[in-house]
Amino acid sequence: MLLLRMHYGVILLAEVATMAIEKSSFTITPLLSKMRCWLTGLFELKVKCIKNKNAPKNATDPDELFIHSKVTTDHLKWVPMGNQARKYGPQDIRPVHNDILIAKLRPGQELDLKMHTVKGIGKDHAKFSPVATASYRLLPEITITKPCEEELADKLAECFSEGVIRVEKNNGVKRAVVANSRRDTCSREIFRHDDLKNRVKLSRIRDHFIFSVESTGALSSDVLVCESIKVLLGKCRHFLSELDSHCVDT
Amino acid sequence: MEFETLGNITENLEDVSKPVKTVEDKWKLLPAFLKVKGLVKQHIDSFNYFINVDIKKIVKANEKITTDADPVWYLKYLNIYVGSPDVEESFNITKPISPHECRLRDMTYSAPITVDIEYTRGSQRVVRHNLPIGRMPIMLRSSNCVLTGKSPAELASLNECPIDPGGYFVANGTEKVILIQEQLSKNRIIVEADKKGNVGCSVTSSTAERKSRTSIVTKQHKFRLKHNALSEDVPVVVVFKAMGIECEQEIVQMVGCEEEVISTFAPSLEECHKLNIYTQLQALQYVGSKVRQRATWGKSRTKVEEARELLAGVMLAHVPVIKYDFKAKCLFLALMVRRVILACSDEAHVDDRDYYGNKRLELAGQLLSLLFEDLFKRFNAELKKIADQTIPKPRAAQFDIVKHMRQDQITHGLVHAITSGNWIIKRFNMNRAGVTQVLSRLSFISALGMMTRISSQFEKTRKVSGPRSLQPSQWGMLCPSDTPEGEACGLVKNLALMTHITTDQEEEPIIRLAYNLGVENLSMLSGEEISHPSVYLVFLNGNILGVVKSYKRLVETFRLMRRAGYINEFVSICPNHQHRFVNIASDGGRVCRPYIIVKSGKPMVADRHIQELVQGFRSFEDFLHEGLVEYLDVNEENDCSIALYEKEITRETTHLEIEPFTLLGVCAGLIPYPHHNQSPRNTYQCAMGKQAMGSIGYNQRNRIDTLLYLLCYPQVPMVKTKTIELIQFDKLPAGQNATVAVMSYSGYDIEDALILNKSSVDRGFGRCLVYRKQTCLLKRYANQTFDRVMGPSKDASTGEVIWRHRALDADGICSPGERIENKQVLVNKSMPVVTTSGLQPATPGQPPPQPEYRDVPVSYKGPMDIYIERVLVTSNAEEAFLIKILQRQTRRPEIGDKFSSRHGQKGVCGLIVNQEDMPFTDLGICPDIIMNPHGFPSRMTVGKLIELMAGKAGVLEGHFGYGTAFGGDKVEDVCSVLVEHGFNYSGKEYVTSGITGEPLTAYIFFGPVYYQKLKHMVVDKMHARAKGPRAVLTRQPTEGRSRDGGLRLGEMERDCLIAYGASMLLLERLMISSDAFEVDVCSECGLMGYSGWCHYCSSSHNISTLKIPYACKLLFQELLSMNIVPRLSLKHYTDE
Repeated sequence: MLLLRMHYGVILLAEVATMAIEKSSFTITPLLSKMRCWLTGLFELKVKCIKNKNAPKNATDPDELFIHSKVTTDHLKWVPMGNQARKYGPQDIRPVHNDILIAKLRPGQELDLKMHTVKGIGKDHAKFSPVATASYRLLPEITITKPCEEELADKLAECFSEGVIRVEKNNGVKRAVVANSRRDTCSREIFRHDDLKNRVKLSRIRDHFIFSVESTGALSSDVLVCESIKVLLGKCRHFLSELDSHCVDT
Repeated sequence: MEFETLGNITENLEDVSKPVKTVEDKWKLLPAFLKVKGLVKQHIDSFNYFINVDIKKIVKANEKITTDADPVWYLKYLNIYVGSPDVEESFNITKPISPHECRLRDMTYSAPITVDIEYTRGSQRVVRHNLPIGRMPIMLRSSNCVLTGKSPAELASLNECPIDPGGYFVANGTEKVILIQEQLSKNRIIVEADKKGNVGCSVTSSTAERKSRTSIVTKQHKFRLKHNALSEDVPVVVVFKAMGIECEQEIVQMVGCEEEVISTFAPSLEECHKLNIYTQLQALQYVGSKVRQRATWGKSRTKVEEARELLAGVMLAHVPVIKYDFKAKCLFLALMVRRVILACSDEAHVDDRDYYGNKRLELAGQLLSLLFEDLFKRFNAELKKIADQTIPKPRAAQFDIVKHMRQDQITHGLVHAITSGNWIIKRFNMNRAGVTQVLSRLSFISALGMMTRISSQFEKTRKVSGPRSLQPSQWGMLCPSDTPEGEACGLVKNLALMTHITTDQEEEPIIRLAYNLGVENLSMLSGEEISHPSVYLVFLNGNILGVVKSYKRLVETFRLMRRAGYINEFVSICPNHQHRFVNIASDGGRVCRPYIIVKSGKPMVADRHIQELVQGFRSFEDFLHEGLVEYLDVNEENDCSIALYEKEITRETTHLEIEPFTLLGVCAGLIPYPHHNQSPRNTYQCAMGKQAMGSIGYNQRNRIDTLLYLLCYPQVPMVKTKTIELIQFDKLPAGQNATVAVMSYSGYDIEDALILNKSSVDRGFGRCLVYRKQTCLLKRYANQTFDRVMGPSKDASTGEVIWRHRALDADGICSPGERIENKQVLVNKSMPVVTTSGLQPATPGQPPPQPEYRDVPVSYKGPMDIYIERVLVTSNAEEAFLIKILQRQTRRPEIGDKFSSRHGQKGVCGLIVNQEDMPFTDLGICPDIIMNPHGFPSRMTVGKLIELMAGKAGVLEGHFGYGTAFGGDKVEDVCSVLVEHGFNYSGKEYVTSGITGEPLTAYIFFGPVYYQKLKHMVVDKMHARAKGPRAVLTRQPTEGRSRDGGLRLGEMERDCLIAYGASMLLLERLMISSDAFEVDVCSECGLMGYSGWCHYCSSSHNISTLKIPYACKLLFQELLSMNIVPRLSLKHYTDE
């Protein structure tokens, strides 16, 4: 179990492959930041900023005054190499978002770049990692050891996140009941209240994992989960085969 | 005029007892204040005063030059102007220049100084206007600078940062700051006890012409006058008599008629009798015999005359003596004696030298005016000399002095002083070094911090505690935290946020006003009346004005007039009850700060005023003019009752503090919650904030500096302070908000080391840019030859460009964007071999001989590759070609790089860990930095803990937290915000280990803290060597990283090896690995031979070869050269 959960996070963060720009060549000076978008193959970008002749006289907004003053990922053009043109359509290979600002230009400035993207894994560089974060937590468990009634019930409900404690009315007596412990953020607020401190027991269920996978967009999180399981399976197989081969040796 | 007298206001007691309402936003006065005064404005104000007012006074004082050779000839300065900065493009054509161009082209940002003169040419009287006499370096943002009054857009077009404070000079391309100099105030009586307990008193008089020090010393209960111009101390009574007060009764009356005073003074009177001096003439003769002889040219004077001149002009020079009327000077001297007598019996009368009211701060303007006056006098003396020499000679053309006015003397004098920092003023025998410093552009804060720095004249090596310790009178004026550690501790100080330094004010109107307000002139009064206990003596800038009966009325009316704007706001007045003085000060260099005036228990500033200020109807000046706010200097503060908060206001309160956090300076103002930290931590942070990398200015990418550190993605701190906003640190930040987990991890975090997250580093945490400059000057030489730059060399066989030249363009200069490796060439410059003598004359019909050239390439040296960012080809002021190459390196954090939080908690990176191995919270948050909790208990930086909580609350709420000193977000509020968002109130979180995958057994303190990357990085320091260069003389390995030197096995290490007995290791380290040398020694004579031959014995018979250190061989030879023969006696190792 432990092995599984360890590998899970590791694989998602570090070993599911995505693509990112590895090399780029510039022909413009005022740019520094390395570009990052999730792509494959070769991309080209050629933008020249010019003055907008039709701009209204009183315009002050650079967007109105100039054409192509903002370079976004939309300007990136995929250049198929080899048999890529046959295998993929233009919709298959593109930046995840089309409105990410790359640079701002002014008339007279020009951006001309070629970007090579490669497939890599997060272990190598964080830009290849397909997830923003992937983690897990244990399911919180809340047990009310001594009944909390009337004001105490309300106070108890206050101490937890919304929807964790439900205040029920039974025979005219308000009483706190655990409704959904999963929603708790575990702020341990009750321990600040001496009257509640000893009425509740907080714990975690040690074999109930709640995984959360937050994708950066290249692959949807459900695909990512499947991919990561595939990698894990592969690793297990590799491990087994290694074990076998060692058994033969000794 | 309408005055309310303070006592008369009908107030009701109930009203006063009510708690005073707090004006919530009174801190908004601060930005208004900083717009007109404070921080670097004092430099600018002082410089403005110099170039607009003081320079005219200097010229006025030295306006006429005459010569002995021709009584008709004269030269008179009518006026002087300092123009706006320009540069001479070609002969007599100038063009305005911007400071940034000066920085890039290694020029001086200076403006012409022009004069209007009137002089005689032959028998004509000629008036000439706008004649240049030199150039004045111009302070940035001063009244004559091109940047003043420009909008941010205009500044941007001049390549200048709108946030840059100015206040420095650009001299030969480097930015130079004239540091604020702290000095003991001039013209004031300071009573002091020396080491033996003898009380004495001294006055440093300073006028435009002269500086001298006069002291009263006690010797065997007799008072003597001590002065540099006197070869021996003179009895005080003799001096009184020499100044015309022959009657001893009169002398005693002046000094004081109290029983105790008379009895102490009696022995001095007796001494005078013993010397048989009764008349003024006798006294003058006596003093004259003691005057130190000086070589004087011109008329020789008698002893009596000399003594009279000394007493009138040199001794106590600041007390004016008109037509040898010594009354004022006698009174001043009598006062000095009186102070000493009083201090003998009562220690409370001894002055405190470290008291800040006794200090004056000298700024750029004052220093420059001293220098300029010296240069101007020298310039005039030179003109006079020329006139003296030329006029008597017969000549064809008429003598025209204008043709002899050379500009370079004044220009060079000023520029040289600013570039070198050596302030040499001949007439005062002043020779100060280190007055200017290069403006540190490490970060915005370091530049700003430099502008507020005050350096003291004290010797750094002296182990004194007095001048170094924090004086209570420095409250609010100087930052209590910001001082360096080590030898300069307490001697280098920094101004607080609201401090202003005064400039000189006219004395004349103040004197008139004082007399109108009931001050009685001295000349009408006898000695007894002056020292009478019912009156107070009134001083103006150390000079006695007169006496006043009702000092209270004088002080109060004076203040009312000042509040009403009839007197300048920086003139201070305060009574001193102990000495029964009223001191009025209008001199420059006093520190002062604004306070809200409180009248009858109510602060004058109300919410209404602040609203008007926010709406822009009011400026800070309006607050001053309407008498809502006034400036108090250190002396006047002592006569006021200042409440820190509204709730502390009582009936006696006269003033209210605007904001308590302003008592900190710029650097300490960055610290969030400094009032929760142990005080040395704040001091450490003040030093470290200056090393933090960040942004320098909006023009940082246009600059070409020798060394520039920039952070790639600087962030505004999550927890700000009001100071941060006031100084606009949030626009040019230096650091990043890191998510910090306070826990131990892996053991690579001991001793303050930090653990970094690799993914954070990948995403740009702590990434920095290092820019370096290399310059190359192409000169022309006297013999018509010049340096040249050649294109890249090609390999003869393959035709390919050689590796060293691979980065070069066709013009021989490396091209931008190129990657440069160690030892590759940046500029392929070559220089003529012969530059001094003339070339061989060309034989007719043949092409002129080509000069021989020697390669002197500019190449890159460094462990890591570097990229060319940009290349500047321009010319400097001498019209030589100037090539500047800016090189760039992008560095990501690595193990050993130094980081620090804003609480004096520095640490190096100990390990960089993959994100998957980092601990994470329930929400999946991974820390950027893991910090060891052992950093907290001993350091007691509670402020850091609160910063983390406030930052976390800010992140959750979506706004910045505030950690302003003595205020800021309260911990209680911050905690409740955390609880509201479902976090633990103490900021601790449930964290899962990334290594085991199991929850940690403790809750972890987790949240954002602002981290600074400091300039110390391992790549700049790493150094190791196996073999390498050696020093020529000793053949030992060179020293230092820059020379690829060896690592020294020093004396102490050697001692260890000796003690351990590791003789072979010792031999290896000290000889074999260092400077082993095989030498042939003749065992017969014991001298060293050469290639198996002994020169002394003329034989090769007894030669043996042995290894000795080369330094040892050198020693033997040096001894031989001084006729000492060291002989080596050799024995075979088998014999005994």
